[in-house]
Amino acid sequence: MIGLTHYLIVAAIIFTIGVFGIFLNRKNVIIIMMSIELILLAVNINLVAFSSYLHDLVGQIFALLILTVAAGEAAIGLAILVTYFRNRGSIAVEDINLMKG
Amino acid sequence: MAITFFFYLFSLAAIASAMLVITARNPVHSVLFLILCFFNAAGLFVLLGAEFLAMILVVVYVGAVAVLFLFVVMMLDVDFVELREGFLDYLPIGGVIGLILLVEMILLVGTWAIAPDLIAHTSTPTVGDISNTQAIGQVLYTKYVFFFQMAGLILLIAMIGAIVLTMRHKPNVKRQVIADQVARGPATAVEIKNVESGEGLQ
Repeated sequence: MIGLTHYLIVAAIIFTIGVFGIFLNRKNVIIIMMSIELILLAVNINLVAFSSYLHDLVGQIFALLILTVAAGEAAIGLAILVTYFRNRGSIAVEDINLMKG
Repeated sequence: MAITFFFYLFSLAAIASAMLVITARNPVHSVLFLILCFFNAAGLFVLLGAEFLAMILVVVYVGAVAVLFLFVVMMLDVDFVELREGFLDYLPIGGVIGLILLVEMILLVGTWAIAPDLIAHTSTPTVGDISNTQAIGQVLYTKYVFFFQMAGLILLIAMIGAIVLTMRHKPNVKRQVIADQVARGPATAVEIKNVESGEGLQ
């Protein structure tokens, strides 16, 4: 029998992989943003698992809103990345501290 | 029995593809593994009885976000080999921090216990014999309509922000200016010259 704990552990593993990915790919912004998507996916799995096992729909509504925010974040992040690439010709994160306003 | 099998299938595939997302050499492969991971998460959602969210996950993440990633990865001409320099430098510290985080979270959820009377106090209980989509629709457009509108506003702002950030006007490209065309009249468009007979126009 699959219980709530199983889903929470799967979500915890995916969350950890997301955090680990940020450490591992410190130079590549695109992979860092994919890691953030993985983290948000883990949060969504948590919310839906709780929603299903507690028979409460609010978790799924929250998951829907997180999905919206994740989509917006990806769009804005990639737009910033494209602009940055146009100006600098590279996407190395280390150079971003040159962007002092 | 089938649910147990599919749970392990989907979760193991999701974890494996998530691992491959962060370790793949080629970012295009990373995006494709990200798509696989989202599909497996959608499968987990179906097992949990959240069919609507599973389909939304496929449509939004696979159809929009992952394709956007793929587009950007292929559009930018980046030397990804150079970016992988020092890949192993952060492996030990990242591994230690990740492992500590994972052990802490598993210890936390392993000892998790939900109060037995909590189910009686949920704010939006699921109703018995209607589908998941119908149940979400019944609360999303009534009880949570404010959050629904806020989500729409966030998407609008994100869209405007992305357009403003990436749109650029090249200085030497001529563009149509509708206002100038509409404001053009006989006074600005036609010049009347008095031509002397036999001399022509200089």
